[in-house]
Amino acid sequence: MKIKKTLAILFSLSLGIAAFTGCSTAGSGSGAGSDAQNQPAENSASDGNAGGDNTSSGELIKVGIINNDPNESGYRNANDKDMKAMFTEENGYEAQFAYSLKNEEQIAAAQKYIQDEVDYLLISAAGTSGWDSVLKDAQSQGIKVILFDRTIDADESLYEASIVSDMAKEGETAVNWLASQNLDEYNIVHIQGVVGSSAQIGRTGALDAKAKSEANWNIVTQQTAEWSAETAQQIVQSVIDAGTKFNVIYAENDDMAKGAVAALDKANIKHGVGQDVIVMGFDCNMWALEELLKKNWNYDGQCNPFQASYIDEIIKNLENGKKPANKVVIMEEKGFDAETITQADVDQYGI
Amino acid sequence: MTDKKLSQDQNFFLRILKKQIFIPISALLVLMLFNLIADPTFFRVELGISSLGYPVLKGNLITILDNASELVILSIGMTLVTAASGGQDISVGATIALAGSVVLRILCGTDTLTDHIHAPIIVAFLACVLVAMLFGAFNGVLVAYFKLQPMVATLILFTAGRSIAAWINNNTLPNNTDPRVGYYGNFFPGIAVPSPILIAILFMIVTALVMRFTKLSLFTQAVGINAESSRLNGINPQLIKFMTYVILGFCVAVAGFIKVSRLSTINYSVIAKDIEMDAILAVALGGNALSGGKFSISSSIVGAYVIQFLTITLYRFEVPAAALPAYKAIVVIILVVLSAPVVRKKFAELKKNFTAKEAN
Repeated sequence: MKIKKTLAILFSLSLGIAAFTGCSTAGSGSGAGSDAQNQPAENSASDGNAGGDNTSSGELIKVGIINNDPNESGYRNANDKDMKAMFTEENGYEAQFAYSLKNEEQIAAAQKYIQDEVDYLLISAAGTSGWDSVLKDAQSQGIKVILFDRTIDADESLYEASIVSDMAKEGETAVNWLASQNLDEYNIVHIQGVVGSSAQIGRTGALDAKAKSEANWNIVTQQTAEWSAETAQQIVQSVIDAGTKFNVIYAENDDMAKGAVAALDKANIKHGVGQDVIVMGFDCNMWALEELLKKNWNYDGQCNPFQASYIDEIIKNLENGKKPANKVVIMEEKGFDAETITQADVDQYGI
Repeated sequence: MTDKKLSQDQNFFLRILKKQIFIPISALLVLMLFNLIADPTFFRVELGISSLGYPVLKGNLITILDNASELVILSIGMTLVTAASGGQDISVGATIALAGSVVLRILCGTDTLTDHIHAPIIVAFLACVLVAMLFGAFNGVLVAYFKLQPMVATLILFTAGRSIAAWINNNTLPNNTDPRVGYYGNFFPGIAVPSPILIAILFMIVTALVMRFTKLSLFTQAVGINAESSRLNGINPQLIKFMTYVILGFCVAVAGFIKVSRLSTINYSVIAKDIEMDAILAVALGGNALSGGKFSISSSIVGAYVIQFLTITLYRFEVPAAALPAYKAIVVIILVVLSAPVVRKKFAELKKNFTAKEAN
């Protein structure tokens, strides 16, 4: 009996270990994770040898990059690829990557990079608070911090620059485009992202303000689909079933616009350029821009994931002793109209 | 004579009240009544034309039945798992992402955006069934043979499943615009009833046949009530527990296949989000004890429809987005408490005392 029990424990242990190594290989297979897990190991090994021959790698700028999990969305995926393409040895960087959607894990990664004495710390923070002490540590070690994509609640003196999207401006660009369509009446089905996220607040705010100020703008339904295409489909389906009249779908990302369009297709409601319902999305996924090319959708607002070149420029300037003119750098973002979009736009801006 | 008939009537009512399916069905009726009062045309079903030019059925009722399909299929498997192992599988949402990812991996090859299928759909379906059942078996082994708590055992895939799903497709979000991919989540050309409804009905029929013609139901119940005594009676409790997880794996595969077919694409982080909670809720609404033992699949199915009905009702009443979960929670608490076995027993006793007093 005893032997059986110990055997069982041994088995379960080995299975548990197998399961966890399974996870980690899965993580590394996911492309993004691979460098996250392998590279620090490699680097620490080379650090170990380094002692004497610091000169060979001394010219490379060491950066520690802390990002959100690339699986989170197509946006994040494109963002991660962009960073990986920029921070290579050919471009003069020695980069380490860490990924997490959890703030505390990101902070732990930052502490590790500070111990590794990187030159620059690039952070896309999962949460806005809790970064003060780690950033102070970085500052006292002479490590320069650059925030990208997301801002944090910390004193501006703690970081060199912050490269972000202006979500409110994205919303305004979209709403201005919609206003320029000069419809007699705007009956809008508004599908929101996760309530409280910066993208939702910015994109909702612009529409809400316009609908309040204009008499012929009505939001007939305002509901959150939490970025999910399926939920968006159900919401639009129930609006159609209720017999509510609408002529605009304003979805706060491409996935939800796609779900909404699926519901329109089921009910045989024509959508797109010159049709009954105007479809608007955000994020500029490749497939969404192709829908624009086919004139099935009308508008797609960009949320620019390509921050690497901005960061590169700032680092190069800092290395030459030039501080960026503004701490907060807002990226250029476009809005695409189905009537003017070209294949070249799709190839360049699709993510 | 009349006395006898009266008591028979009372018995009849008592029996209905005691039936497990009573609470979910009455919840469904209340929801229906509520909607009917608010909008007399709520249940109108119309024959419309789809954008492909085929006749299709439209209306609230169809929307509800259509969107509940995946949950109904899952609730069948979840009921069995609950009954046999006295715990729930919380990894079904993640394994749906996995199964769906397999489907698209096979249909899209390595292309992210394609307009034709790279392999017959049946191949994709079989592969997804195989993978989902394998992961079900993984959970089953941990629960049945290593005696882990079901929730702990399935926590592994709950956390890792969506990452593995992303890895299967090299971290891309594939999109297949071939119309054939969408048949199973929307309409087969020429058939007016949405395909998910048909698949769900087929699934229910098969389940009913399996329950009728095999001993699965009896064995599951026996194992759930007392594994040791069922072992002494010649049932292999470990095998039964293991089997229920594999069956749930099959349910997950079908649900994942429908989900992917609905939009011909996948988003690993949001597909079937929180569906495990809804599936467990369906089992609880059906009045099944979450600690295992006696179970009623039909009650769970009705429970699943109640959940979807509630969701659509809340959309219809334009409950503000931020308050939606709160409203849902209130209704759910009332229903779950009412359908809890303890409360039902109390009710039955009260009723008995009342009728006994009246008879005196």
